[in-house]
Amino acid sequence: MGHEHKLEIFRGLVKFKSNVTKIWGVLIFLSIVTAIEVALGITKPDFLVGTYFIGMKLLNWIFIILTLVKAYYITWDFMHMRDEKSNLRRAVVWTPIFLVSYLILILLFEADYIYNVFKDGFVTWNF
Amino acid sequence: MDTAVTTETEGSVWGGGNRPLGASYGKLMMWFFIVSDALTFSGFLCAYGFSRFKFIETWPIADEVFTHVPFFHGNFPMYYVAFMTFVLIMSSVTMVLAVDAGHRMMKNKVIIYLFLTIIGGAIFVGSQAWEWATFIRGDYGAVETRGGRILQFVNADTGERAALAEFAATIPDERAEHERKNGIWFREEGSLTTYTVNEVVEGFRSNPNILIRTETINENGEKTLLDRKQSLERIKDAKLVVEGANLIRNEYGSRLFADFFFFITGFHGFHVFSGVVFNIIIFFNVILGTYERRGHYEMVEKVGLYWHFVDLVWVFVFTFFYLV
Repeated sequence: MGHEHKLEIFRGLVKFKSNVTKIWGVLIFLSIVTAIEVALGITKPDFLVGTYFIGMKLLNWIFIILTLVKAYYITWDFMHMRDEKSNLRRAVVWTPIFLVSYLILILLFEADYIYNVFKDGFVTWNF
Repeated sequence: MDTAVTTETEGSVWGGGNRPLGASYGKLMMWFFIVSDALTFSGFLCAYGFSRFKFIETWPIADEVFTHVPFFHGNFPMYYVAFMTFVLIMSSVTMVLAVDAGHRMMKNKVIIYLFLTIIGGAIFVGSQAWEWATFIRGDYGAVETRGGRILQFVNADTGERAALAEFAATIPDERAEHERKNGIWFREEGSLTTYTVNEVVEGFRSNPNILIRTETINENGEKTLLDRKQSLERIKDAKLVVEGANLIRNEYGSRLFADFFFFITGFHGFHVFSGVVFNIIIFFNVILGTYERRGHYEMVEKVGLYWHFVDLVWVFVFTFFYLV
């Protein structure tokens, strides 16, 4: 990769003049995202807490999506994934995504099942 | 970085000249480590999700647990963790600036930025230690029932949480902590709580404005508050006084909550600590001119990858422990 850096983010919407200004630009973006997360976490708007989407509060969906956005920019711009070959990028990114998605799916389904056993089964736990 | 040894087989695919990933050995190995470590952390966080979904109706609400900011009194959920997150992101920025300065062989800039990164890391580890200490100390105290449920107390007049000290009765008794020096030398017990169960129960009975809050989360996403009659019935189950948190029980609710908190933030904190140590080693190497003589600053880049990864993990820990 040498010294060349790809300097545009947001799919070319913003292009920086140098690598250093790009770093500061990404910092500002990440800070804004974190500030939004914290503000939502403190205020907890009713319509976001009350609305459910695929079994989870809309607010939690927003948190998780914003987290993935932050993870993307940390990996792509701070860890220079943007400048690596696509082979390396795909090997590093898709392997955990595939494995972790499977783990999440299987563990959360199982946990929900156990929750229902506690709830509906003849198990006394609240005494 | 072109650090791989160039031989005459360069360009010949079967001679090993093919470089499908286009990265040096060292960087590639760091990526290997990061992927495996990411899977380890994912395992922990998924296990946390498992326990949380299992006890979805009774899990502690993070906003009510992490409410402290150093040097300030009052209820400030999230502010301090947000500050910690910002410190870590900021130290990531100084690290990537150090890497960038390394590419341009500007030794003095690398030194300054690495120094700032180390300071940021130290602030973060210190903050986490403070967070742990506050968590372990606890603030209101609670009682545990026979079934291991946590009962917390609320002042009916104000609606605020009531600390045990506000209402517990004082019953003089002879119970002293059993220490090693008394009796059989290898037997000792953990420190006694400030109040005994009897003192809490008596104090609760004689204070009509204290209510019990159970672990169960109602449809408004808040912990269920019992009325006085139900509370008097429920207090009969009290078996233990719980103050603060340890690996066995905690005053915040589900036992697993504290276990996962200690385990995941502890494992992450250990990573940050190791990262600071690596940064310090690299920092001195830069000062000594090791990389200047080597002709490239790839070591800064490799340690930088690790440092950013630690930041990346924190972003997820922050979301799943404090926000969701």
